[in-house]
Parts: sequence; structure tokens; C-alpha cells
Amino acid sequence: MLTQLTQVAIGGVDLIAAFLFMYGLKQMSSPASAPAGIRLAGVGMVGAVLVSFLYVFTVDAAARPHLMINIALAVVALGIGGAGAWFAGRTVQMTAMPQMVAIYNGMGGGAAGGIAAVELFGARTHGITQLVVTLLGALIGSISLSGSLIAWAKLDGVLKAPWRVPGQQFMNLAVMIITLAVGGVVLFASHGAVLTLGTPTWIAIFFGCALVFGILMTLPIGGADMPVVISIYNAFTGLAVGLEGFVLQNPALMIAGMVVGAAGLLLTLIMAKAMNRSVANVLFTNFGTPAKGKGTGPVPGTEKSVEASDAAIKMRYASSVIIVPGYGLAAAHAQQKLFEFVKLLLAAKVSVKFAIHPVAGRMPGQMDVLLAEAGVPYDMIFQLDDINDDFATTDVALVIGANDVVNPAARSDKSSPIFGMPILNADKAKQVYVIKRGQGKGYSGIVNALFYEPVCAMVYGDAQAVLVKMIEAVRGLGAAAA
Amino acid sequence: MNFDITMTGFVALYVFMLAGFAGWVIIGGVPAILHTPLMSGSNFVHGIVVVGGLFALLNASTALEQGIGFFAVLLGAGNVAGGYAVTDRMLAMFKTSNDTTKHKPGAHGRHAKGHAHKKS
Repeated sequence: MLTQLTQVAIGGVDLIAAFLFMYGLKQMSSPASAPAGIRLAGVGMVGAVLVSFLYVFTVDAAARPHLMINIALAVVALGIGGAGAWFAGRTVQMTAMPQMVAIYNGMGGGAAGGIAAVELFGARTHGITQLVVTLLGALIGSISLSGSLIAWAKLDGVLKAPWRVPGQQFMNLAVMIITLAVGGVVLFASHGAVLTLGTPTWIAIFFGCALVFGILMTLPIGGADMPVVISIYNAFTGLAVGLEGFVLQNPALMIAGMVVGAAGLLLTLIMAKAMNRSVANVLFTNFGTPAKGKGTGPVPGTEKSVEASDAAIKMRYASSVIIVPGYGLAAAHAQQKLFEFVKLLLAAKVSVKFAIHPVAGRMPGQMDVLLAEAGVPYDMIFQLDDINDDFATTDVALVIGANDVVNPAARSDKSSPIFGMPILNADKAKQVYVIKRGQGKGYSGIVNALFYEPVCAMVYGDAQAVLVKMIEAVRGLGAAAA
Repeated sequence: MNFDITMTGFVALYVFMLAGFAGWVIIGGVPAILHTPLMSGSNFVHGIVVVGGLFALLNASTALEQGIGFFAVLLGAGNVAGGYAVTDRMLAMFKTSNDTTKHKPGAHGRHAKGHAHKKS
């Protein structure tokens, strides 16, 4: 009776939780409904966690003597893990969001791997299907854990340069094959095959290999490709959670895991498309090393420079301005100053829009969050497809800390490494200003043909300092007029 | 009556397929502007793995299992709490022009109303 009640309670609450997760994610289709959506998902999560303590009524006889200790351990683990991550999440800088998400993601993968480890070491899985699924979930979860940690280290600047050696792909392939082979051994060992090493040892080797593979797979990938990598590991963790959900016969885990797996896959494809590269290309070809003089040769024309104050006044008297922010804006911590300048333009009845390229920032949509943090209303923020046609009818395009995403070579120059990548048509505006630290190439080391176009003028200097000058120039005008 | 959930073979595959499809469709409807909160939000959702961790830990019968189970719950709890904290924080930042010029109460009122509507 008690067992049945427990099953009903857990089953019912998990069902509601699964619904709330999907409904909450669905609410993210608009920034207005999204906050309520995540809160509903949060309610579902709290319910699912609390009700899972009812598992104490269904534990095996073997676990019964340890129950009190296990409950205590569970409460302590929830407390420490939850409070620590909560505090970190509440205080983390928005610019550091990608590495934070990578960490949380790795934690999820590690938890899925841990569940698999308990199942395997405890020999709890029954039947070949369950065992294979457990191993698969363990493999994917472990790769996600160690890979996400490397992604974190790269994004956080702990690991500076990608680590690459000749024949790396073959080495990684070899490690993968070894991992799968060890998985096969565990499979046979669990079915009674007698081996020189005990089954637990093989299980440990399996986890070790999977973790090593995650590290090796992520090490050679360049920092610029991290948005794709984070998305992939998000999908991996989701998949691992879904698979372990099957092993534990818990549909809530299966559903939530698969939903996230699909989400991660979709985001991965979107990011890869925005970078004009295939996912395989990101993972296996080690982009991100500066292309030495590859592609565009000498570009006709010269870079012209203009004073910040002149550019500011031109924008003040323009009727429409589109701002193209890139990660350089965030690196210079200039979002606040930018919005201050935009507010002056708005007060002067200038139409201002922000144009965001999908790969602006270090994870999908990060630029939007950074602008929102600075107070920019989201109805002023437009995505590539929605705004690209507007440049032709716009007086001024102001490019700040962005480079490759406005390089017209992507449209015209077949020899350019970024040829075919969707770009923002800033060069179609009547006047283009580019705020840039100094002359030179961008992140990817590709010459930007835009800078040499007749309509383009460069405003050299640190983004924050330039914007301060721009604000002063426009304020000065206002004072003179009054 | 038996309330035990047992899923084998094709039933599980159907669940996976439908959930994957639902995820694809739901996520496809999320605008690019929310892709970062979406990623951290879906990150939060896979934090449900903590429930599996709790199951494993509560059923642990050896020190090794207890250790791994503790580790799984610790990481899962971190995944949940962290994922929620950052997502909620980011989503609170998104305001419209009306919100920023007219102050927050308006926005909250609208939320509350919309919320009540959907619940009824």
C-alpha cells in the first residue's frame, strides 16, 4: 500500500514537473512571458526534488540499514551544491555567463555519469538493453563533464591557446575506440565473463577513458568556436540525462533530457550556420588559428579616420542610426556608455536600432543579454534577418567592437575564409563609423574590406573613451542650442 | 492496481521521439534574442538529473555507492540551482521601452494578469 502511494505521488508530481518544464520553455517564445515561464519550471523542479525523498519508502533491503546516513548525505549534498551554485549564479558577471553555463552543464553531465556509475558498480542493471543504455549515458555524461570543464577553462582564460599536436584527430579517434572497447569489456564482464581484472576496475577504466576523451576532444577547439561547443555539450548532457532516465525508469528524466537534447542540437545547428561552418568542421578541423595572410590580398582604398565628436554630431543630426555591437563592446565594458549615448540620440528624435549578429558574443544571444543588462529595451534590438534590409535606408551604421560580422568579403570574395557567412550589411548604410582600438585585423585575422570602403570612417580608441567623447559632443550641442 | 512505471523497448523510444520532437518545436519558437537564457534555462531543466541522483543515493548500500551518489546529487543540485539563478536573473533584465520609461510596476501588473489568465 505504502509502495503504491509512493509510486502514485512520485509519478504524479514528476508528470506535472515534466509538463511545467515544457510549458516554461514554451513561455520563452517572448521576453514578456519568459520570466513567468522559468518560475513555473522552477516550481516543477522543487516539487520533483521534494517528492523524490519518498523513494525512502521503496529502497531495497540492502540499502535499508544505510537509509538514515543516505538521507543525511542527500540533504547535505543538496544544500552545498545548491547554495554554492546559487550564490555563484547570483553574483557572476554577465560577460562571464558562457563559462558559468559551461560549468552548470558539466555538473549535469557529471551527475548523469554518477548515476550510471552507481548502477554499474552496484550491478543494478538488468538485461543487455539497460546495460548498453547505461554505458552510453555514462560515456556521453562523462564527455560532457570533462569537456565542459575545458570549455570553462578556455572561456575563463585559464587555458589561453588551443592545444594542438600533429595527428591529434587520430589520437582522439584511438582514445574513442579504446573507450568503446572497454565499454564492451564491461558489457561482457557484467554477463559473467571471467577477467583478470575485476569488473569494477574495468568500469573505472571506462569512466577514465570517457573523461580523457572529453578533454582531448575540447582542447584543440579555438576560443571563437566555444558557442558551438557549449551548445553541443548542452545537448550531450540532455541526452545523457534522458538515457539515465530510461535506466532508472523515470519518464520525467527521459522527457526533460530529450527536450534539452533537441534544444541543444537546434542551437548548435543555428550557431554553426551563423558561422558558415558545419558542426563537424568546428569539432574536427581546428579553426580559430589566425589565418596568416590567407584570403583577401591588398584591399583597394585606405582607412580614413574621424574624430569621435564629429561622428557623434553627424549621428545626432541623422534621422536613423543602426548600431552593430560586437564582443569588443563588452570587453571594453562600454555597454552603459553606449546606451547613455543612444538615449541622447533618442531624445533628439533619431531612430536608433541595434543589429545583433548570431555570433556576437561568446554564446548564442549573449550580446542581447549584455545590452538588456545595460538597460536597452528589447524592442530596440533586432536580429540579422529582421534588420539586414534596413541598412540601405539608414543614415549611419555605428559598428562597435565587431569586425568579421560586417566584413563584406563574406558576400563577394570567394577566397576569403569567411566567404558565405551571413553578415550584417552595415556597408550598405549611407555612412559607416567603426569604433576600433587601432588599425589591424580582427579576431580571426581576416582583413576587413569594409574599413576601406569610401562610406566608412574609423573612430580609433577604446570604446568606452570614444563613447564618453561622443556623449560630451552631443551634450555640448544641446547646451549651445538652449 | 499497479502504478509502477515500466518502459521497455519501443515505449521508451516513443517517449524519446515525442520529447525530442516537442523540444525541437518548442525551442524553434524561441527568438534569437533569448538564446542565452534559453540555453541556461534548458540547462536548468536537465538539472532534473538530481532526482535520479537522489534515487541512486537513497538506494546506495556500499560506501562507494554512497560516495558516487553524494557526488551526483551535489553536481545535480548545482546544475539546478545555478541554472535557475542565472536564467531568472537574465530574464529579469529584458524590458520594453514602455517598462524603462514608465517604471516597473506596469510591467509587473501585466505579468500578474497574464499569469492569472493562463491559470484560469
